[in-house]
Amino acid sequence: MTTANPFGPRQLVDALPGAVRKLDPRLMYKNPVMFIVEIGAAFTTALAVAQPFFAADGASGTGAGASASPTSLLFAWSIAIWLWITVLFANLAESVAEGRGKAQASSLRATRTSTLANRIDYDLAGDPAGERAVVTQVASADLTLGDTIVVTAGELIPGDGDIIWGIASVDESAITGESAPVVRESGGDRSAVTGGTRVLSDRIVVTITSKPGDTFVDRMIKLVEGASRQKTPNELALSILLSSLTIVFLLVVLTINPIADYSNAAQSLIVLVALLVCLIPTTIGALLSAIGIAGMDRLVQHNVLAMSGRAVEAAGDVTTLLLDKTGTITYGNRQAAEFRPVSGVTVSRLAAAASASSLSDPTPEGKSVLDLTRRLGLPIPAASDGIEVPFTAQTRMSGVDYENGSQVRKGAGSMVAAWVAESDLQPAALVAELDQIVTDISQAGGTPLVVAEKTANGEARVLGVIYLKDVVKEGLAARFADLRRMGIRTVMITGDNPLTAKAIAAEAGVDDFLAEATPEDKMELIKREQQGGNLVAMTGDGTNDAPALAQADVGVAMNTGTSAAKEAGNMVDLDSDPTKLIDIVSIGKQLLITRGSLTTFSIANDVAKYFAIIPAMFTLAFPSLAVLNVMQLSSPASAILSAIIFNALVIVALIPLALRGVKYRAASAASILNRNLLIYGLGGIIAPFIGIKLIDMLISLIPGLS
Amino acid sequence: MGTVWLTVAQLGALIIALALAYRPLGDYMAHTYTTTKNWKVERGLYKVIGVDPDSDQTWQRYLRSVLIFSVIGVVFLYGIQRLQEFLPYALGLPPVEQSLSFNTAISFVTNTNWQSYSPEVTLGYSVQLIGLTVQNFVSAAIGIAVAIALVRGFARKHSTTLGNFWVDLTRGVVRILLPLAFVTAIVLIVGGVIQNFNGFQAITTITGGTQTLPGGPVASQEAIKMLGTNGGGFFNANSAHPFEDPTAWVSLFQIFLMLVIPFSLPRTFGRMVGDNRQGYAIVGAMATIWVASSALMVAAQSSLSGTATAAAGGAMEGIETRFGTVLSSLFASSTTLTSTGAVNGMHDSFTGLGGGLAMVNMMLGEVAPGGTGSGLYGILVIAIIAVFVAGLMVGRTPEYLGKKIGTREIKLASLYILATPALVLIGTSLSFAIPAVRDSVVGTSMANTGLHGFSEVLYAFTSAANNNGSAFAGLTANTPWFNTALGAVMLLGRYIPMVLVLALAGSLAAQGKVPATAGTLPTHRVQFVVLTIGTLLLVSALTYFPVLALGPLAEGLK
Repeated sequence: MTTANPFGPRQLVDALPGAVRKLDPRLMYKNPVMFIVEIGAAFTTALAVAQPFFAADGASGTGAGASASPTSLLFAWSIAIWLWITVLFANLAESVAEGRGKAQASSLRATRTSTLANRIDYDLAGDPAGERAVVTQVASADLTLGDTIVVTAGELIPGDGDIIWGIASVDESAITGESAPVVRESGGDRSAVTGGTRVLSDRIVVTITSKPGDTFVDRMIKLVEGASRQKTPNELALSILLSSLTIVFLLVVLTINPIADYSNAAQSLIVLVALLVCLIPTTIGALLSAIGIAGMDRLVQHNVLAMSGRAVEAAGDVTTLLLDKTGTITYGNRQAAEFRPVSGVTVSRLAAAASASSLSDPTPEGKSVLDLTRRLGLPIPAASDGIEVPFTAQTRMSGVDYENGSQVRKGAGSMVAAWVAESDLQPAALVAELDQIVTDISQAGGTPLVVAEKTANGEARVLGVIYLKDVVKEGLAARFADLRRMGIRTVMITGDNPLTAKAIAAEAGVDDFLAEATPEDKMELIKREQQGGNLVAMTGDGTNDAPALAQADVGVAMNTGTSAAKEAGNMVDLDSDPTKLIDIVSIGKQLLITRGSLTTFSIANDVAKYFAIIPAMFTLAFPSLAVLNVMQLSSPASAILSAIIFNALVIVALIPLALRGVKYRAASAASILNRNLLIYGLGGIIAPFIGIKLIDMLISLIPGLS
Repeated sequence: MGTVWLTVAQLGALIIALALAYRPLGDYMAHTYTTTKNWKVERGLYKVIGVDPDSDQTWQRYLRSVLIFSVIGVVFLYGIQRLQEFLPYALGLPPVEQSLSFNTAISFVTNTNWQSYSPEVTLGYSVQLIGLTVQNFVSAAIGIAVAIALVRGFARKHSTTLGNFWVDLTRGVVRILLPLAFVTAIVLIVGGVIQNFNGFQAITTITGGTQTLPGGPVASQEAIKMLGTNGGGFFNANSAHPFEDPTAWVSLFQIFLMLVIPFSLPRTFGRMVGDNRQGYAIVGAMATIWVASSALMVAAQSSLSGTATAAAGGAMEGIETRFGTVLSSLFASSTTLTSTGAVNGMHDSFTGLGGGLAMVNMMLGEVAPGGTGSGLYGILVIAIIAVFVAGLMVGRTPEYLGKKIGTREIKLASLYILATPALVLIGTSLSFAIPAVRDSVVGTSMANTGLHGFSEVLYAFTSAANNNGSAFAGLTANTPWFNTALGAVMLLGRYIPMVLVLALAGSLAAQGKVPATAGTLPTHRVQFVVLTIGTLLLVSALTYFPVLALGPLAEGLK
């Protein structure tokens, strides 16, 4: 459902009507910095309108004595218009950011079209399948918490719920964008279904778990539209800092005239408004909410839904990541990694026997044995007409019985040894050697599969061991190293015994592991980390994960998980990919970095603006101040106007950066800071000197301003 | 090139002396404010005022104690000035006029020591000793106490309390300021500063003329005047007076005295938060600004811009020849970078840029190294602002020393950096905006017209709001407007920041501590020192640039 539409002129045009609507003061006052600019714009417009009627005075407002400020009507109107443009640009930034969400929201809304639901009076004991129950047809919007419904193949599921009976394949592409159907069944961790998805086969009984108007899709729509967006704690703190800077500059501007008047250098009100707008942190004030919306949007593009902006911020702060071993760190199935023959047997012979025993073995382990043989460049025996002996829990072996009476087996060490011993007693040295290999593999975190054969004449012999390994996903070690550089500790959670866990932890490069973990242990670990001041992120899908998901600072529930898990977490991953936790942390950090960098840039800009405006204001009264006109701007009017125009243009220029986010690379805090300080701090000081000068060169060509 | 070598030598001597004092004095102060043992004399004192030294106070109670003690101080000081004629050693001086008593009482309680009057013809020895000198001790101790409370805010975890103000105040006076002042006074007496109760003596000079020479217990007051960054002189000429500051080396020693406690407090801070490197970073930021500003001051004062200055080898107007350009410049930059305000030369007579620099020093909020205590808490607030913006740039919500800088913390820090500039700008602006006041200011108070006259007014409000106390001496400040307005500004400039700092300390102490990781912004490196300095310069420069342009800049760039 996510189409990454790049930022371009089309998006700007599309967002324009929204931006104009946002000029409504009742909406503007929520952004104090830009609200001040809007008031300034309205005020200068009024002054410009009034100016011809007070033409005798020259300057409007105080107009005391020989005013040193530019007074032409052209100047007044230029300032007024550019101030309106500044406000409009700020609204445009927010509008564009919201626009990306709107497209997603409308496609989601399509799934919410009202459907009819088959509500039944459910009788768990007498009729668990609800076959004899009376069916009432109600509109999906009328379903409430606790209702029980029946959905059959081809129908849309009318609301969020848990399957209480049955199994079905469900097409969830409307929400996840993934076209392959998924299986949902009652009981266990795959029981949750989402309203708006379609049942493809079979028949299920579902209890509704959401209130009308508050379904998962409803919440998603609100989230991507930004309708329920509230300022996050850090955004709030930053707004306070920006507001107080605004108050400082308001004071600076308000106190200028009485003082300047003493030196006969009083300024016109238009110039003072221009100075104020240039000084207050308009750049970050204009882009702040766009940055927040874009951050949420980036998560949505990763198919992750954050239930609040607070969670995204917390993701940036995470110091401990709890990662489930299976599915996150390893592929989740064991694969053959090595053949270890006993003495007197060649690798190729062992491989041949192992392959033969696996030819008709459909399990991933079996296939991986063939893969390994192929990788080693050894021949795979041709399929023969032998009888397959499948794996059973009793024998714990599998293999082939050939027509000529020969047999091959692979399986758990003790069982295969017993099978061999039926025919031939193995020499003590061989038994000891085999034991050693098996123990070595176990200690390294692997699973040993012993291979043996019986010839047609009944001679039995152990050939060696297949080393099955829990394969760690590629590239993970590097990512964990990245995380370590960011100051994030990774802890692997596994049900394995400590020995196995330790080996895999070492291979994957995680910092710590929790072996033989129960949900209670997990909860305990989270609490312990939090007591030490750490912020913990984890993923989970089962109902028994719910308390831990709720306790964690960032709890990412898998979309395949139970509704309890989804309710408890503060994010939902629609792709159900636990590895994504790492991306989520990066997105959180990127959001904060973007905010900080643009704030720094915005404040640093003020230096150049002062050097443009102060000499423009006071050089007439104090010619010595001309030294401060380091940019050699052509006239006071063009200098002030250039600063205002630069101030407006820089907002538009930075919209793409605000939406895309500042580039984030895993590195230590100190080196990231150095880089960003250089770009946004130093760059923020230098850029406007160049920008204002260029604009001044352009507008000084306009007669009346030079 | 003599100026350069002289500057290097004098600055070098100061740096070596301060560096030698940094660890022992800082550690001693940390011990003083953390030990649980009370001295006998302290226990007696606690019994008299009815304080349980072991009971810690919440930030609100700590603040209340600070305010109550200060109100008592102001009332007492006002009272004894008004009743001066009934006190012994009044030297026959009359009661002090109302608005002047008000101004002076506030001035000394707030550690400003702005003197609208000429001390030797206004105050007798009793008021000087039991009034002003006592306040010199306690106002300095209050500053340190508030700073220590903030440091405890950083050091404590999940705590509702910040220590006990009465204990901090008592220990500051008894264990730190009194012993140091005693030793210092003796050194000053040896150096030639007078200490007597002689009153005015008529003397026949060598040429046969007669002269009235004032006497007094000068050395004892001089010691704490510098140590406590007070700056209120026994004589009107302050440290330019030969009885206060007789020789060049005593003057250099006085510079050391006003810097030594503020420069050692970062060590106390580092010690108490359990990481000395944090102290080095803070002192690094302070020292960099101090050295740079001092060098600039020497450069501004020794630039030869006219025939007169060329002939004198520097801008010598208002400069004591026994100190010379370099020592006067160092004294001027140190007195305005701390909240001392003592002078050994007249800032009004400095060059336009030199005088402007003195103003800029104060406008930085006096944090390099600042007043006793107030310098440390001032720069810690700046560090919080720096951490807030820069912390975001490393991809974490900001934290300093394991404390999250959230909404409440940034609100308090923002108000802190807003308070002083607001007082300066509004005060200065009102001086010209209200017609009647403007007439009095321009007609009576300003000694000069034009830009320099404006600078005098701006300087006065900057000095008062930052509790410095030095003046562009040309200004006649003993008028109802200045006595009242500056009195109010001094009061607000001292206590608004203190309220905010204590509230900040309270909210920091209540937090837990986030452990530092590789993802945490390191606050002990050169990078952070640069960042703190940058934040300070940017915030102050942006606030004061227009008023500076209208005064010292316009004048100095001529």
